Amino acid sequence: MSRPPGPRWAEALLPPLVALAIALVVGDLLILTFGQSPRIVWGVLLEGTWGNAYGMGQVLYKATTLTCTGLAVAVALRAGLFNIAAESQLAAGGFGAAMAGLALPAGAPAILAVPFCLGAAMTAGAIVGAVPGGLKAKAGANEVIVTICLNFLVLALLNWAVAEHLHVPDSLHTATIRAGGLPRLADVHAAFRGSAANATVLVAVAAIVATWWGLFRTPGGYALRAVGLSPAAAEYGGVSLGRTWFRALVWSGALAGLGGVNYVLGYKRYYEEGFGFGAGFLGIAVALVGRNHPVGVGIAALLFATLSQGGLAVNALVPKQMMDVLQAVVILAVVASVPEVRRLVAQAVPRRP
Amino acid sequence: MRNVVVFVAILLAAHLAMLALGPGDAGASGEGVRVGVVFDVGGRGDKSFNDGAWQGADQARRDLGARVRFIEPGEGTDREAGLRLLAAEGMDLVVGVGFIFTDDLLQLAAEYPDTRFAGVDFAVPTDSLGRPRPLPPNLVALKFREEEGSFLVGALAALAGGSRTVGFVGGMESPLIRKFEAGYAAGVKHVCPSCEVLSAYAGVTPAAFRNPGKGKELALSQYGRGARVIYHASGSTGLGVFEAARAVRGLAIGVDADQYPEAPGFVLTSMVKGIDAAVFDAIRRVRDGTFAGGVRQFGLAERGVGFVDDANNRALIPDPVRRRLAALRDSIIAGRIVVPST
Repeated sequence: MSRPPGPRWAEALLPPLVALAIALVVGDLLILTFGQSPRIVWGVLLEGTWGNAYGMGQVLYKATTLTCTGLAVAVALRAGLFNIAAESQLAAGGFGAAMAGLALPAGAPAILAVPFCLGAAMTAGAIVGAVPGGLKAKAGANEVIVTICLNFLVLALLNWAVAEHLHVPDSLHTATIRAGGLPRLADVHAAFRGSAANATVLVAVAAIVATWWGLFRTPGGYALRAVGLSPAAAEYGGVSLGRTWFRALVWSGALAGLGGVNYVLGYKRYYEEGFGFGAGFLGIAVALVGRNHPVGVGIAALLFATLSQGGLAVNALVPKQMMDVLQAVVILAVVASVPEVRRLVAQAVPRRP
Repeated sequence: MRNVVVFVAILLAAHLAMLALGPGDAGASGEGVRVGVVFDVGGRGDKSFNDGAWQGADQARRDLGARVRFIEPGEGTDREAGLRLLAAEGMDLVVGVGFIFTDDLLQLAAEYPDTRFAGVDFAVPTDSLGRPRPLPPNLVALKFREEEGSFLVGALAALAGGSRTVGFVGGMESPLIRKFEAGYAAGVKHVCPSCEVLSAYAGVTPAAFRNPGKGKELALSQYGRGARVIYHASGSTGLGVFEAARAVRGLAIGVDADQYPEAPGFVLTSMVKGIDAAVFDAIRRVRDGTFAGGVRQFGLAERGVGFVDDANNRALIPDPVRRRLAALRDSIIAGRIVVPST
């Protein structure tokens, strides 16, 4: 028995629209309290993001990292797990990619070097994900607490490795990778000149498709979602809870690790201490607003990236913190409006018996 | 369903109404040099580094009629994006605050040859033989001779502390902080060759700049071994040093900005770094057309470094000592004393 298509779309699309409308009005009020004109501030924000190729490139760049961390959190949430460690998995992935790129000989063919570095990033993220996965599966340890602690541990470890051993003098970054760098969009089209956007955006799109396929078109994904919806029922149906949790967190960690490629292979070509600051935690918000659906995650990542880049563009008119407030408003509005919208949709279109 | 649509419609109507409100023209027009400043990730309100740059730019706004824009970056890519945003807007001068901007400034200076750039604490890159590489003509590195200011507070610690033992607490063990220590120790030894300098660092990672617990522990140990005065160059780790000074009723020397308010009565002085003066100077040079690329060093002669001597701590510095310090400062400026930086 399938549900009518219209309301299902409405159920998926209305909460973000309501959230956007609320954010616009809250933004208007904030802008007015700073003595600025909403028309000018929103205008500058749009011009600085979607108004030219450079701005678009910056939004795409930021959305790429957020898509990866958002997918990571979404996959774990689909299995009923809260992965707070995307922040450190992102850093570990970037570190792994840099180490792989430094280990390769200069001039290694890209067709081998790039997959090697991508694999290293995913492996590094997956290893960080395997820790809470293994502890959850074997010892029943609460993954929220484990991943929170893991953030401190992994970030401190990477910090020590870079600051103590691997850094270039007078800096907080490693040497430049010898091979495995990805082309920038500016190399393909000159209009993107100066923007950080690079081929990792294609990797992120591939990650969206692969995650969608994995979640909704494979037996493993079915088991994962079943465990997330009702662990007891899934276990009764023959699914191993421990193995599914472990797989979900490893998969999640690998996706977050992939996000590190964006900065390391695509942008600066070295690992820098604190490069993805906050993108891992923002991934939680991206997953929530994207309703844990891979396509939704991609759209939410674009929205948050627009707010972030737009915040820089309007920084002279209003404080940067205004964008943080708007992000929070979007999250709260989406979370609050989901059940309400679901109820109203159900009322408006009675389901067939 | 209809309720939701009505709700959204009301919100959008309110939004449209508010678009019409507010002042019409936000762009400040007028004469004056146009300056953009991109802060370090710490941002405004750190009471030292970024706030110093802000004060310098703000003073230029008041005294020189400069039009200033500030950008506070978030994650790593925002540094370049912020600099580029300002350069693309046709600013006359774009300032990056902190050594972390080194790579980004070098790249932007090459891409925007008609825009001038300044980097506070810019780390000048070196070639394979360790010689500094020349900078592009539109980029100025604003660097400070922290060792000269540290020399004077070292002499003060030995002369006014009343003990033959003095202390030093550093943050992250690094060439930058060793510069403070070297100047300080040289100042102590210059006025008191038999004095002993106890020296300790809070760690080897950037976290060592924000570990007040460790700072207190190190300071208490140095006070316990006979030190009366401890100089810190350790960011917020120094807050622990002040706490220790209060606990044992000893004296501490602050760094970067006047840190007297951290422990009134227990702060002998502070070695201040004139980031505000350096930024103001760069803006003035752009306005006067005397801007030149390359490395600009700010030492005692340029009033880029110095120590606090005001109503708060005047009673702690005896007049003979004050005269001795003034003589030492003149000797350093005249080149009769060369302060080591390592």
